[in-house]
Amino acid sequence: MSELKTRRLTTVFQAAAKGEGGRRKLIIPFITAGDPDLATSLDLMHTLVKAGADVIELGIPFSDPMADGPVIQAANERALEKGASLAQIIDLVAQFRQTNKKTPVVLMGYMNPVETMGYETFAQSAGAAGVDGVLTVDLPPEEASDLVTAAHAANLDSIFLLSPTSPDSRIAEVCKHVGGYVYYVSLKGVTGAANLDTDDVARRVSNIKSLSNIPVAVGFGITDASSAVAVASAADAIVVGSALVKLVAQHGSEPETLHNSIYKLLNSMRVALDEHYPA
Amino acid sequence: MNTQTGQLDDKVTDQYPDEKGHFGIYGGSFIAETLMDPVRELQAEYEKYRLDNEFIAEFEWELKNFVGRPNPLYHAKRWSDELGGAQIYLKREDLNHTGAHKINNTVGQALLARRMGKKRIIAETGAGQHGVATATVCARFGMECIVYMGAEDIQRQAPNVFRMKLLGATVVPVESGSRTLKDALNEAMRDWVGNVDDTFYIIGTAAGPHPYPTMVRDFNSVIGKEIRDQSMEHTGRLPDAVIACVGGGSNAIGAFHPFLDDAEVALYGVEAGGDGIETGRHAAPLTAGKPGVLHGNRTYLMEDDAGQIIETHSVSAGLDYPGVGPEHSWLKDIGRVQYDVATDAEALDATHKLCRLEGIIPALESAHALAYAIKLAPTWSKDKNIVVNLSGRGDKDINTLATLEGMTL
Repeated sequence: MSELKTRRLTTVFQAAAKGEGGRRKLIIPFITAGDPDLATSLDLMHTLVKAGADVIELGIPFSDPMADGPVIQAANERALEKGASLAQIIDLVAQFRQTNKKTPVVLMGYMNPVETMGYETFAQSAGAAGVDGVLTVDLPPEEASDLVTAAHAANLDSIFLLSPTSPDSRIAEVCKHVGGYVYYVSLKGVTGAANLDTDDVARRVSNIKSLSNIPVAVGFGITDASSAVAVASAADAIVVGSALVKLVAQHGSEPETLHNSIYKLLNSMRVALDEHYPA
Repeated sequence: MNTQTGQLDDKVTDQYPDEKGHFGIYGGSFIAETLMDPVRELQAEYEKYRLDNEFIAEFEWELKNFVGRPNPLYHAKRWSDELGGAQIYLKREDLNHTGAHKINNTVGQALLARRMGKKRIIAETGAGQHGVATATVCARFGMECIVYMGAEDIQRQAPNVFRMKLLGATVVPVESGSRTLKDALNEAMRDWVGNVDDTFYIIGTAAGPHPYPTMVRDFNSVIGKEIRDQSMEHTGRLPDAVIACVGGGSNAIGAFHPFLDDAEVALYGVEAGGDGIETGRHAAPLTAGKPGVLHGNRTYLMEDDAGQIIETHSVSAGLDYPGVGPEHSWLKDIGRVQYDVATDAEALDATHKLCRLEGIIPALESAHALAYAIKLAPTWSKDKNIVVNLSGRGDKDINTLATLEGMTL
């Protein structure tokens, strides 16, 4: 077996911890792959990087996205109408890697498409395509050992969620299974919910950081530069999803407007984070 | 169970589920992190109360005095004579309050919710039977009730929507996905994620994350226990077979479970064959699906090659679900229960037979089990006894039946 290379996720989080490249806080945009189509997703990935993305989360569309609010549900439906499949999305990452070797890509979705493909086939082909991590929202660590084993064999990080309802004992346990970063869900609710309490987030993220050394990314409810800055205070990274996906829904058929609006929103967060948290 | 000889190696019921709710490779807890803690709390509370004599007595009191149990095991003599083979007995779940077996489970879960101090109840419903049963117990116990129902189903099942509203429930239309039962379940899960502190989710079938499959089975096992006692009373022995329809599988698992260790009792689960398995238009994951993960558990699913859940088709809204309870998946794999299908046409034919020969209008769901009895009974001798679980009454289906006959009521 060849020696495992340093994982891209580890590299970017370590660089941020040292303030390299002038960035302290990382931005992780999420888009649903295949929405409105795979070619647009590929172009959007490059736009996200230009606008200041440090890691990209690519949503794997699923027919029954139970943890998502209406915005990402609709994105899943649009992508599935065009027939986007997990195999095609892995191929999309391979295409992205032809010109970008640096930005980590995490596949995020639900278990069943991965289960149907088979854990080993999934992990091997994703690893070969240049995917860096996998996060399946309906797979808690308790049920994940087979997928984690397959992922690690393919040099993929397994990312798990923590939430406001996770007790301390569980936080420590979940963090033991995590590679790359742990994703803290900032509120009790689905993606795109609007009841974000930034003081509560700061307190809970500090608590997670007192229990583990793993980097913490915070998502759910971040819509603009000011919420990004507020949430980032205790976190290593912020995840922005529904706010971007909403723009895809609005401008999916007008490529220029789409790229401009996505760039504008994400870059406003980039500039604000770099100003508030100088390296 | 040794599938070659049909002999039980060990007691089936002692082997599962494990402490994490696994039935072999099936079951488990495949849920988002936010739900892990509330689900664990529910596991602990259920584990405590399921053996609590006071809780059990309270449950049994409600079943007797509010639900109207025990309901009869009825010898369908004219129908048996016409089929010319085994004797058919009907377990009359249709005579329960609200007209189906669903109330057994909602009473149990509502009592548990009350013990846990939860005042806000949510539920999903397809045909509306579970929604009505949930709205009923919420009214009975003074709890707030929100029922998620696919927009498509709301159109198809208008009388049940009105019943729920009469009982004080709020019915929320679900516009996402296929706008049917599975989407209502998704939406109820989303509500739960957002309201975990004060909300209890009463799942209507023996599926979902652990402990739901076990809990729903236990609350419905009163069906099989009564069948045992009543069969002894009527015939002096256990039945030779029990037949039940399987959508999510709550009535079937309730009827089967008390017989799992009795190898001499054959068990048959009947899925919705829709237009026929060969057409692809059906709702028969055990017969024509494959294992996957949906709605909190691993189980047989109707899915495409890419792992997307596909739409189901059945004349009966209550069987129109792409998954099935995980215990059924396991019982299929070990061979303890035989699963087969009845088509829409066969179920409709059985409905008419029961109406004309026995004066009972069965639910279209239950008619799938009746249809299987029509095939099985003539192949068995007259001294054999077959129990069919008549899981619900058909009053809710009269609009569907009339439409099929070209009439508008």
